Amino acid sequence: MSTPSDAQIWDWLAEVPDPEIPVVSVTDLGIVRDIRWDGDTLVVAVTPTYSGCPATAVIDLAIESHLRDRGIGDLRLERRLSPPWTTDWVTQEGRDKLRAYGIAPPVDGTASDGGTAARAARLAGRSNLVIACPRCGSGNTERVSQFGSTPCKASYRCKDCLEPFDYFKCH
Amino acid sequence: MPSLPDMTTPDVVALAEHAAAAQTHDPHVQDVDLKPAFFDWLCRMGDNTLILGHRISEWCGHGPALEEDIALANTALDLIGHTQMWLGLAAEVQGEGRTADDLAFLRGAMKFRNLQLAELPNGDMAVTLMREFLFDAWHFHMLTALTRSASPRVAEIAAKALKEVSYHLERSSDLVVRLGDGTEESHARMQDALDRLWPYSGEMFVADAVDDAVANAGIAPVLADLQPAWQQTVEEVLAEATLTRPEGRADVHRGGKQGRHTEHLGYILAQMQFLQRAYPGASW
Repeated sequence: MSTPSDAQIWDWLAEVPDPEIPVVSVTDLGIVRDIRWDGDTLVVAVTPTYSGCPATAVIDLAIESHLRDRGIGDLRLERRLSPPWTTDWVTQEGRDKLRAYGIAPPVDGTASDGGTAARAARLAGRSNLVIACPRCGSGNTERVSQFGSTPCKASYRCKDCLEPFDYFKCH
Repeated sequence: MPSLPDMTTPDVVALAEHAAAAQTHDPHVQDVDLKPAFFDWLCRMGDNTLILGHRISEWCGHGPALEEDIALANTALDLIGHTQMWLGLAAEVQGEGRTADDLAFLRGAMKFRNLQLAELPNGDMAVTLMREFLFDAWHFHMLTALTRSASPRVAEIAAKALKEVSYHLERSSDLVVRLGDGTEESHARMQDALDRLWPYSGEMFVADAVDDAVANAGIAPVLADLQPAWQQTVEEVLAEATLTRPEGRADVHRGGKQGRHTEHLGYILAQMQFLQRAYPGASW
């Protein structure tokens, strides 16, 4: 077969779902950093979301088998650590898909920076950032736990419609 | 459609070579003179996260509330993830064809380089959280300094891990405050945990020849330089938690970094390493 174009490969990658949150693809999450040809070998650079995320190996396997199914026989996946993944790379489309699926998308500016002032503000409960309920849209929500069902999520609850929900936390 | 390769038995040596070739160039990795100290120091970083991660994972299924259980399991996962990066680089620096798994599962207790603080039993929730907090505060300031490392490989691991460790510190600080400034019972337990763990905390800042060598090479910070920032973080949180910093020396119990451990490490390793020792080379 002829060599597929980069645009074609990106389209194929956009079909690979995240194993934990299958409504978003690996490209929606922004974890495929780069594709390039090394001779006849296609090299796909993938960055891990969280260091210990058990889905990382499954994602690699899903990318590899999907591209092989599309006829790319000579393929290598590369792990790229730098720059580290950030939720800033989650696309707008990915954010919309998350919300429709019932997961509040990341709100920029809520990442832990561990800085003294930020920590003090959080300890004192002062933060003007609103995590809106993906079900009813209310901003009257509270954090139940900093961690959720996967490393990338935190547990929240809506105080208006009373539904618990996952928040895809800012990273 | 081309046939799928055999995914069950990957050629690890070839994979490792490919992975190494794809990495950022870093002259420190091949520096023969630096190798013994660099390897030892990378084992210290990786063994701290491995042993503490294993300890914290012991809570999985035993947490006092579902949210705490999940939080502890997630923290453990992050730390094990950091271990793969640190010990992976250690194996590469060592250059004997070993992997992160070989270092984790096939070294004896005296070859482990973690702080004694990391290997102590979990105790109750107060001991678990106080240990996490004292370590997280050190880990946070250490990784922050390491993002400026002269070794690009070390710097990129630090930058990745720091994002997660910031979250760990936020969580453990928050809980130390809530439980310290909580009920009479929770306050007493947190103070007791602090008094018990404090004499182990000083080891984080006691440098030896290995620390000096990596600091001189610009790879890692001078440990003593980290102490003021750590102290400030710890004192701020303890004050808010209405807990009293112990008067006694913080560096009473040490030696883990040189391979002298408490009796507790052997039990962790017995559990963690059993499968690879009994069934060498077993894989998923």
